[in-house]
Amino acid sequence: MAQDAAVTTAPAARRRRMRKPGQTIAPLVFISAAVVLFALFFLGPGILGLYYSFTDYTGVGEPEFIGVANYLKLFDDQQFYSSLTRTLLYTVLAVPVHYVVALGISLLLTSAATRFRTAARVIFFLPWLISPIVIGVIWRWMFGENFGLVNYVLSVLGAPGQRWETDGSLALAVVILAGAWGGTAFTMLLFIAALRNIPTSYLEAAQIDGASAAQRFFRITLPLLRPTSFMVILLGTLGAMKEFAMVQALNGGGPGTENMFMVQYIYQTGFQRAQIGYASAVSMVLMVILIVIALVQMRFDRREDLS
Amino acid sequence: MRIRGVNIWLTALLVLIAAVFAFPMLWFLLSSFKPGSELFSLPLSLLPETWTVSGYQTAWTRFDFWRYFANTGIVAVVTTALTVLVSAMTGYAFAKYRHWWLQGFFICILITTMLPTEVIMPSTFAIIRDLGLYNSLAGIIVPSIVTATGVFMFRQYFRTVPDELLEAARIDGVGEFRAFFQIMLPIARPIAVVLAIFSFQWRWNDYIWPLIVLNDPNKYTLQIALRSIVGADNIDWSVLLSASVISLIPMVILFIIFQRQIMSADINSGLKD
Repeated sequence: MAQDAAVTTAPAARRRRMRKPGQTIAPLVFISAAVVLFALFFLGPGILGLYYSFTDYTGVGEPEFIGVANYLKLFDDQQFYSSLTRTLLYTVLAVPVHYVVALGISLLLTSAATRFRTAARVIFFLPWLISPIVIGVIWRWMFGENFGLVNYVLSVLGAPGQRWETDGSLALAVVILAGAWGGTAFTMLLFIAALRNIPTSYLEAAQIDGASAAQRFFRITLPLLRPTSFMVILLGTLGAMKEFAMVQALNGGGPGTENMFMVQYIYQTGFQRAQIGYASAVSMVLMVILIVIALVQMRFDRREDLS
Repeated sequence: MRIRGVNIWLTALLVLIAAVFAFPMLWFLLSSFKPGSELFSLPLSLLPETWTVSGYQTAWTRFDFWRYFANTGIVAVVTTALTVLVSAMTGYAFAKYRHWWLQGFFICILITTMLPTEVIMPSTFAIIRDLGLYNSLAGIIVPSIVTATGVFMFRQYFRTVPDELLEAARIDGVGEFRAFFQIMLPIARPIAVVLAIFSFQWRWNDYIWPLIVLNDPNKYTLQIALRSIVGADNIDWSVLLSASVISLIPMVILFIIFQRQIMSADINSGLKD
């Protein structure tokens, strides 16, 4: 045993001794650009944001240290709580909708029993080309209260028009629909790649053993999709927590400020009201929430591709 | 119900969902060809009664589209080129060298996927401003170069390239840099193409950085210009619909050209930006 270890480590040790200086300098040069940019635009803003959150900085002049005053103010701020809970509600509703829609479509697109798969795949993928702003425009056009197609169709069917713009819950529902519509394309690519990697022999063997379609899905396909599902949910959660552009064009966080999400709130306080110190405190709170979410989700899945 | 292996119900379901997905785009596109008076006149009809491009003409004359296209194009192309280069170099270093500091930096890159920088935009803005990049296209380009997705894609790819290839090059006296630029980078071309397409899409459709960095309307990107129409108190729908369609054209062309690469892209190795 000990001898084996000695045998296997000896060449490694020799290789290490033989390593030319170029093999240290080269990777250093290769990562240097990324290191500088990481320090400037990730680490730097993180530290600076933490510092600003303890100041009354307004973007001009010298920031003055005011201790935890921003955080104290934050905990009394109704608008902060409202946008935080609205963002969390949106995330909790949007992520499952997005997951189920994308997975369902991917299953249909990889099933050998369906036709027109190629054409359908192109249609499902098209929203990927469309920017969040234009996605907002498209759905606003569909769901306009006085001019939208949806209310027109409802009226033709004899149903009353719905208050898609002036009712907070309905407005949120439209945001969820538009988000799922726009986000399906990318997630679908992830699911299709993963579904194709599942050996058909597993499913055929189960079928021969008399497993129903539902059993095959829940006992074989879904467990094997676990790493992809984890990634889709993690990315979906992060995406929902930072939702901004699409809502800007769709309803501007309306009606009023009812559907204002966190990033929009940070944008408004930091840039429109120039309270950079206060906005930074909001950023730090959101940051902590995201770290907690990431850690919780990581607990559910040890990522294998890191090895 | 099956006919020669085809399940009619599943196929019908697929067609139905596809129709539901396609409909908003179709309605949006067809509406853009209606004259302003017809947009709101009941009963609404799917097809325009009189086809017109007047919305497009108004949009084109009222907005300096060439400038927005140029600005957005510069940002998207330059950022994409730099993203591919930096991602390839960083991913290669992670895949082919062993040092404790590489591992440490890899974890740093991993953390960036968990914490989107949109969240800390007030302080990021302060840094962009202090670097003298405020109100310049460079202020959008430079902060967007590093993406964890790109680094992971290249790292994953270079790990599949046998180490023997690099060893052989070293024995032949090829230096580390030449080995990367002349041997490894050309091999990784397929990954570079996929990343370039994705990066171009991210940057073309980017909204939040241009919004906070640009102040001068002459430097606006397309998305910011569109936002100025949709943010108006009285939205001019005829112009908005046409302008939105115009902004999509480059992405549609990109899709038509690279459809095969995009649809078969194995993006499992990376993460969304």
